[in-house]
Amino acid sequence: MTRVLVIGAGPAGLAAAVAARDRGAEVVLVDASDAEGGQFWRHLPAQRAGRRESRLHHGWSRFTALRERLRADPGCEILLETGVWAIEPGERPVVHVLRGPADGGSRSRRALTADAVVIATGAYDRTLPFPGWQLPGVYSGGAAQALAKGERVAVGRRVVVAGAGPFLLPVAASLSGVGAEVAGVFEASGSRALAAGWLPRPWELTRVPGKAAELAGYAVGQLRRRIPYRVGWGVIEALGAARVEAITVARLDDDWWPRPGTERTLEVDAVCVSHGFTPRLELALAAGCALGADRFVAVDAAQATSVPGVYAAGELTGIGGADAALSEGAIAGHCAAGGHPDDRAVRRAVSARRTASRFAARLERAHAVHSGWTSWLSDDTIVCRCEEVTAGMLREVRAATPDAGLRSLRLTTRAGLGPCQGRMCGRAVEEVLGTSEASMDRRPIALPVRVGELADRETDET
Amino acid sequence: MASVIVVGAGIVGAAVARALAHEGHAVTVVERGASAGGTSASGEGNILVSDKALGPELDLALRSTELWRALEAELRAELPRDAPSIEFEPKGGVVVATTDDGARSLLAFAARQRTAGVVARELGPDEAHAAEPHLTDAVVAAVHYPGDAQVQPAIATEALLASARLAGARVLARAEVLAAAPGDGRIAGVVTSRGTLRADHVVVAAGPWSAAVAERLGSSLAVLPRRGVVLVTTRMPRTVRHKVYDADYVGAVESGAAGLQFSGVVESTASGTVLIGSSREQRGFDARLPTEVLRGLARRALALFPCLADAAVMRAYGGFRPYAPDHLPVIGEDARVPGLWFATGHEGAGIGLSLGPAELVADLLAGRPPSLDPAAFSPARAGLRTAERAA
Ligand SMILES: Cc1cc2nc3c(=O)[nH]c(=O)nc-3n(C[C@H](O)[C@H](O)[C@H](O)COP(=O)(O)OP(=O)(O)OC[C@H]3O[C@@H](n4cnc5c(N)ncnc54)[C@H](O)[C@@H]3O)c2cc1C
Ligand SMILES: Cc1cc2nc3c(=O)[nH]c(=O)nc-3n(C[C@H](O)[C@H](O)[C@H](O)COP(=O)(O)OP(=O)(O)OC[C@H]3O[C@@H](n4cnc5c(N)ncnc54)[C@H](O)[C@@H]3O)c2cc1C
Repeated sequence: MTRVLVIGAGPAGLAAAVAARDRGAEVVLVDASDAEGGQFWRHLPAQRAGRRESRLHHGWSRFTALRERLRADPGCEILLETGVWAIEPGERPVVHVLRGPADGGSRSRRALTADAVVIATGAYDRTLPFPGWQLPGVYSGGAAQALAKGERVAVGRRVVVAGAGPFLLPVAASLSGVGAEVAGVFEASGSRALAAGWLPRPWELTRVPGKAAELAGYAVGQLRRRIPYRVGWGVIEALGAARVEAITVARLDDDWWPRPGTERTLEVDAVCVSHGFTPRLELALAAGCALGADRFVAVDAAQATSVPGVYAAGELTGIGGADAALSEGAIAGHCAAGGHPDDRAVRRAVSARRTASRFAARLERAHAVHSGWTSWLSDDTIVCRCEEVTAGMLREVRAATPDAGLRSLRLTTRAGLGPCQGRMCGRAVEEVLGTSEASMDRRPIALPVRVGELADRETDET
Repeated sequence: MASVIVVGAGIVGAAVARALAHEGHAVTVVERGASAGGTSASGEGNILVSDKALGPELDLALRSTELWRALEAELRAELPRDAPSIEFEPKGGVVVATTDDGARSLLAFAARQRTAGVVARELGPDEAHAAEPHLTDAVVAAVHYPGDAQVQPAIATEALLASARLAGARVLARAEVLAAAPGDGRIAGVVTSRGTLRADHVVVAAGPWSAAVAERLGSSLAVLPRRGVVLVTTRMPRTVRHKVYDADYVGAVESGAAGLQFSGVVESTASGTVLIGSSREQRGFDARLPTEVLRGLARRALALFPCLADAAVMRAYGGFRPYAPDHLPVIGEDARVPGLWFATGHEGAGIGLSLGPAELVADLLAGRPPSLDPAAFSPARAGLRTAERAA
C-alpha cells in the first residue's frame, strides 16, 4: 500500500490526509503542536473548550469533520507534539522527528519514511519593525489572534490594529470579540493599491465565497461596533516608558513613505501589527524543493514540487487563506497517493483552487509590502530582536563593507543569528541591507534540538 | 611596482591583497560572488598551533600567530574607530585525552612540538578540571596550549579587505574568472564575466575552487574539497572557557582517509553561543547535512562536556576545506605559467594560517629572502605532482 506522510495538520495538511486516505493510501500525519487545526483553527484545549468555539472560527464544522474523520480512521496515524527537525532528501526522503512536548525532558527521536511526503507547514506572520516596537504592548497580529482564539485573552483594553492585508480584519474582530476596544484599523496599502488588487472596500469582494462571507462577517461586525478603518495609513512609532502608552500613525504614499505633517498620536495600551505572512520554508528547502521567483515553493498542477515524491500545499506555496489551503491540500494528498489532478475525486478542489489562487494574486497586488517602510526606522530601532541589532548598525556595516553579501553581513552584525534564526526578522533585515541575491530562508535544522537528543540513537520506521 | 590580480575574496585573498597593497602594488581582487561568502564564512575561527605536528606547517602556524597578535593593533590604527572588532581572543586551547593510549600519544606529540618552541603544558586531571570546570570526569591527561587563539573569520576577512582598500586595492565582486587574458606564455591577466583585466601577476586564492581556476588559467592544481560541518547552540552561560579538543583531533587533521571522521572541538564564541565542530569527509561539493554527521558531532561534544546534553542546537552549517594531497598549503609561483601564483590549500587551518602565506607571497614577489623556507609549499613540490599524475 502507498504510504503518505503529511507534515502539518493545518487546513492544508488535514485536507491532504483525508484525500490521501480517500485514494486508499496509508497516512501518517505529524504536527509539532498539541492539537490539529494549524493557525487557522487554533482553539482552546478540549478540556476547556468554549461553547462559542464554533462561532469564533470560520468553517469550524468543516474542521471538526476533517478531524473526526481522521481520528476515527485506523488507516491514519496522527502524531501530535511531533516536530520535524530535519528532512534528508533521497530516493525515499527520510523525515526526522522528535516526539514529546518541546519543553519536556523526554522527547524521543524517530526517522519516518514514506512513498510520498506532503509538506504543509504554513507560514510565519510578519511584522515590519518601527521605532518602539519592542515595547511591551506591541504584538504581532498572529500572536494577538492566537491569544484571543486560543486563550480568550485580549492583549489590551484600548487597541489599534495596523499593517497590511485582510488578516487585520479577523484580528480586529477577535479582539473586540474578547472585549477589547479597537480604536482603529490602519491598512498601509492605499486605495489605489487596493483598487488595483480588488475593490477599495475589501468586504465588497464577492468572487471567493468562503472568504467573502468571512470578510463580510467582519465588516458587519465592524460597522456595528463602529471601528474606524483607514486605508493608506501606518503605525510609524510606539511611544511609552515601560510599555506602550500611545502610537503615532501617519498617512503613507504609494511606496509607503510617511507623508510629513500627517502624523497623529493615539492613546492605546496595545497595538497589533501584521504585514502578511512569509512561508515556513525550511523543510521544503531541506528536501531540495525549488522556489519560484516569489520565494514560495514552486508546484505543478498536482501540487508536486521539483523533488520527486515531495508535494507542498497551503501557505507554503502562496498566501491564499484557509480556502486555498484546503483545496491545495486535497489535491496534494490525492496526487501523493497516486492520483491525478484531472481525476473526478478532486474536480471540486481544482476549481476551488483556481478561484483561490486568483484571490491570492489580488491579495498580493493589493497588500504587498512597499520599500518605503524602511524610512520610518530610526538608527536605534532594533530590527533583529534576538541579537538586538539596530537599523543603524545594519546600515553602517553595509556602507563599510561594500562587497559583502548577506552571509558576511549577517556574521558581522549578528542579525538573524539568534534563536529565531531569521524566522521573524529575516525579510526585514534583507530589506534594510538591500541584498537581493541571497536569503535567510535556509535552516536545515528546522526546529531546535538538544545536543543530547541529537546524540541519541534513532528508531527507524518504514 | 607591479599590477596584481587576486582571485577570491576569502580570508586568504584578503590577506594577500592587503600585504601586496601595503607594499605599493596595484591590486585588484576579483570575486565571483561577494566578499567573505565562501569557505571563510563557513567554518570556525581557530588559530591553532596545538594541532600542528613538527614540520613546515607548524613553522607557518607559529609565524601566522605572531602576525595575528600584531594585526589587531594595526587594524585599529588603520580602520575607522567604529569598525566591528575582529574578536581576536588569545584564549588558549586544551587538548583532552580520555584513554591511556590517547594520553600517551598526546603527551609524546606535545613533547615533540616543544622542541620547535611551542608552549605546551601538561595538565593532570585535577588541573584540567581547574582549567575547564565542566570537563568530563573521564579525562586522563590534557595539554594546555596558551598560544591557541580565535578570531571571527568573516569580520577578519572584511577587515583585511578594508585595510587593503585603504592602501589602494580595488575589489571587483560578482565577477567570475573564466580564462586567462590572451598573452604570450606569461600570464597577462584574466577574462572575467565582467570584462578582461590585465596584470603582471595573478594570485589564485580561490579556496576549494582553486583547481578549477588553475585549469581556466592554463595550469593545473591538485586541490580538492573536504567537507566539514559545525553545530551552533543558543546563547548560554559561559560553560567552556578555552578551545577544547579531544586528542583524536590531531589524528583526523593529519589523516588522508576519505571516510567520515570527527574531531571534537568545543568552544564558546564572543556572543555566548557554543560551537561544536567538526566533521571531515571527502564527498565532493555535496552540501547536504546528513543527520548521521550531526549525531557524530553531538556525541563527540558530550564526550568532552556531558553538561551540554540540554543545550539547544539552533543551527548547523558546513563548508569545504581546500586540501592538497599531502595536506600542506600551496604557496608560490607556478613553474608552468610564469606570473601565475597560488595561495591556497590551507585545509582546516586557512583562517589561522592566512597571514603567513600573504607575507610569503609578498616576499617572493619582491624577490626578498622570505622569513620561512618556501620549498615545502612550492606548487612544483613532489607531493603535489605525484597526485596529479595519479589523477
Ligand atoms: C500566527 C498566525 C495566525 C493566523 N490566524 C489566522 C486567522 O485567524 N484567520 C485567517 O484567515 N488566517 C489566519 N492565519 C493565516 C493562516 O495561516 C492560513 O489561513 C491557514 O491556516 C493556512 O493553512 P496551512 O495549512 O497552510 O498552514 P497552518 O494552518 O499554518 O498549518 C501548518 C501546521 O504545520 C505545523 N508545522 C510547521 N512546521 C512544522 C514542523 N517543523 N514540524 C511539525 N509540524 C510543523 C504547524 O504546527 C501547523 O499546525 C494565521 C497565520 C498565522 C501565522
Ligand atoms: C567546517 C569548517 C571548519 C573550519 N574551521 C577552521 C578553523 O577553526 N580555523 C581555521 O584556520 N580554518 C578553519 N577552516 C578552514 C578555513 O575556513 C579555510 O581554510 C579558509 O577559509 C580558506 O580560505 P580561502 O580564502 O582560501 O577560501 P574561500 O574563503 O573559499 O575563498 C575563495 C573565494 O574564491 C572565490 N572564487 C572561486 N572561484 C572563483 C572564480 N572562478 N572567479 C572568482 N572568484 C572565485 C569564491 O567565491 C570564494 O569567495 C574550517 C573550514 C570548515 C569547512
